[in-house]
Amino acid sequence: MTASTFEQVRNIASDIFGIPADKITAESSPETIENWDSMQHLNLVLAIEEKFGVQLDPEDIEAMKNIDAVATLVEKLQSAAR
Amino acid sequence: MSDSTSNSTPDSASAERNPSNLRAQVDRLIAEGAFDLAARRLAELWRRDPASGTASFVTLRIDELREKLRDRLTLTKFKLAILRSFTVEPIVPLLRAEAFAYGIDLEVHVGDFNTYVQDMLDAQSPLYRFAPNAVVLAVRTDQAAPELWRDFADLAPEAAQQAAERVVRGYEQWIGAFRKHSQAALIVHSLERPSSPSLGVLDDQSEAGQSGLIRQINRDLRRIATGFHGVYSLDYDALVARHGSEHWHDERKWLTARLPIAAGYLLQMAREWMRFIVPLSGRTAKVLVVDLDNTLWGGVIGEDGMAGIKVGAEYPGAAYQALQRALLDLSRKGILLAVCSKNNLDDAMEALENHPGMLVRAKHFAALRINWTDKAQNLREIAQELNVGIDALAFLDDNPFEREQVRAALPEVTVIDLPRNPLEYALAVRNCAAFERLTLSAEDQQRTEMYAAQKQRAGAEQTFQSKEDFFRFLEQEAELEPVSDLTLARVAQLTQKTNQFNLTTRRYTEPQIAEMANKREWHIFSIKVRDRFGDHGLVGVAIAHDLGEQCEVDTFLLSCRVIGRTVETALLAHLAESAAQRGRKRLVGWFLPTKKNAPARDFYQQHGFERQEANGAASLWALDLTSSKLRSPEWIKLKVTTEATPGGKN
Repeated sequence: MTASTFEQVRNIASDIFGIPADKITAESSPETIENWDSMQHLNLVLAIEEKFGVQLDPEDIEAMKNIDAVATLVEKLQSAAR
Repeated sequence: MSDSTSNSTPDSASAERNPSNLRAQVDRLIAEGAFDLAARRLAELWRRDPASGTASFVTLRIDELREKLRDRLTLTKFKLAILRSFTVEPIVPLLRAEAFAYGIDLEVHVGDFNTYVQDMLDAQSPLYRFAPNAVVLAVRTDQAAPELWRDFADLAPEAAQQAAERVVRGYEQWIGAFRKHSQAALIVHSLERPSSPSLGVLDDQSEAGQSGLIRQINRDLRRIATGFHGVYSLDYDALVARHGSEHWHDERKWLTARLPIAAGYLLQMAREWMRFIVPLSGRTAKVLVVDLDNTLWGGVIGEDGMAGIKVGAEYPGAAYQALQRALLDLSRKGILLAVCSKNNLDDAMEALENHPGMLVRAKHFAALRINWTDKAQNLREIAQELNVGIDALAFLDDNPFEREQVRAALPEVTVIDLPRNPLEYALAVRNCAAFERLTLSAEDQQRTEMYAAQKQRAGAEQTFQSKEDFFRFLEQEAELEPVSDLTLARVAQLTQKTNQFNLTTRRYTEPQIAEMANKREWHIFSIKVRDRFGDHGLVGVAIAHDLGEQCEVDTFLLSCRVIGRTVETALLAHLAESAAQRGRKRLVGWFLPTKKNAPARDFYQQHGFERQEANGAASLWALDLTSSKLRSPEWIKLKVTTEATPGGKN
């Protein structure tokens, strides 16, 4: 995974969940981030889709269990698009 | 407020103004207590990066800044309720961020899924408890007309027609109930037509096809909306078409999250709502100030000359003609045009008057500043000349440097970011919500001519020895009448827009004015004025209500273009005389000071009122009607109508 994808995902998560980017790690998840409820999960999905120009399938959305999983997914979708 | 970067060029500033640096700056400024500058950087961040993530960042900061900013009255508070049949929650942060960029602090209430009918019918519903300024009724066709949407091929033609009529009757009933329970504005989404009708191309071979019937419903909805004050139609079908149905929709999100709109188009939904919210909240621009070279025409007139500049029916001049058409459309809606250009006056006037490709001419501009002075200074002068606040100005310039300078020096001005490609200029102007209007009065349509007459008046005034001589020369005629259906929209508009000569600055919507007018103890007068130079139209409003022995002035305002011509005295004298005729002994009224209404401060005192009490900066004044000598000035010819025109609206 490139550092920049992870960074960008982390910055989006920082905006959406309202916490500083440096407090977010690859392992950050709904269990560790209080704000990460189902509505914020949808907001995260939409922000990711908008930012990276991708469309997530319902299965992808299910699989976004932590920040690392989100970044991995974005990379996968981007390389599939190329 | 000083701006640390206002002296640097936009290019050198752009590195420190990238979105992630702006985020850091905003948080630093908030921590330092520099709230005004933080708010400006926040608006800039939103302009540069209007994305979903940014919207979340921005709305969290707005909530932090709110208390501090509200004290300074820089944001207009507005409460919006959204009644819906689909997920709108992700649109809310985008909408609030967008509103913030227009100077509006938007509070949003979202109704439960598909409870819009009971919300509108039940006077005790959460909708009414929220007390919104405006309500959006966002219902999709699948919910509003399920038979037509899903099972159309099963329906006999008669049944389909009946289904369409049932849909319309439903809306009519809910809207009627809404209007009984609330005076808020109501924005009704029209129904979207299917992108693939159930019978394919056959559908369009009949008026009564799936598409045809939904079109018929939309026509009826528009008719219902025009029958009520403050009910407006949002053409959702056209909005989807504008962006392309296949791009707009996201079937996966619809099936999993009840969100029908794709991530990339949520902002467009928010912006469409803003086109209603901006005029409803009064944060509109009244004047558009345009640059000339490479904005109104292609090229530089001082270098390229008449033969070299590009404006005409063919490319590339056509792009500039398209922009000029957009400007003329604004002018027809009552938005004044003005020029602010760094040029030699003679060169610029030659092109404005004589270039064959030009659609706008010098006569379309209410003010011209063609010189080599700083643009911010010119804008201040234009505002002064046209008697509007700086915040009533919008600024159109192709040069990012000039735009940044104006933003830094005059943050109240609406600065339009022109795209690089001139072919997109016209759309940038047409899409700007600051130019939206929800009603048009006769005054709006003639405003440019009125300002031309105003220039002649100002010229005449200087040739007279005394004010009285000038007033007699003006030959003013004033028409006083109770508010009627014909004047309701304009009266409400004046309460919304008048800032300077306004004693109480109370803002009213059309339905609120209509309701007041129906009460016996309330009296709403309007005044129309014309003089030897032209017609000012309806320029003043007075609202008063009787309470025992006294009559209290609730609202007293006058459009700035007639201030100081003694029309205000005529209106006040009428208020006093009519109150005396109804047997009142005293006329009382508050002066509630704002940042802008200093011109009205001494009004009561100058007309023989005595100060009764003060509450902070506010003061209460009273006039003894039994001994008052207040009369309308003899040089104004008065026509007084006492009966209101009977109403036809709900």
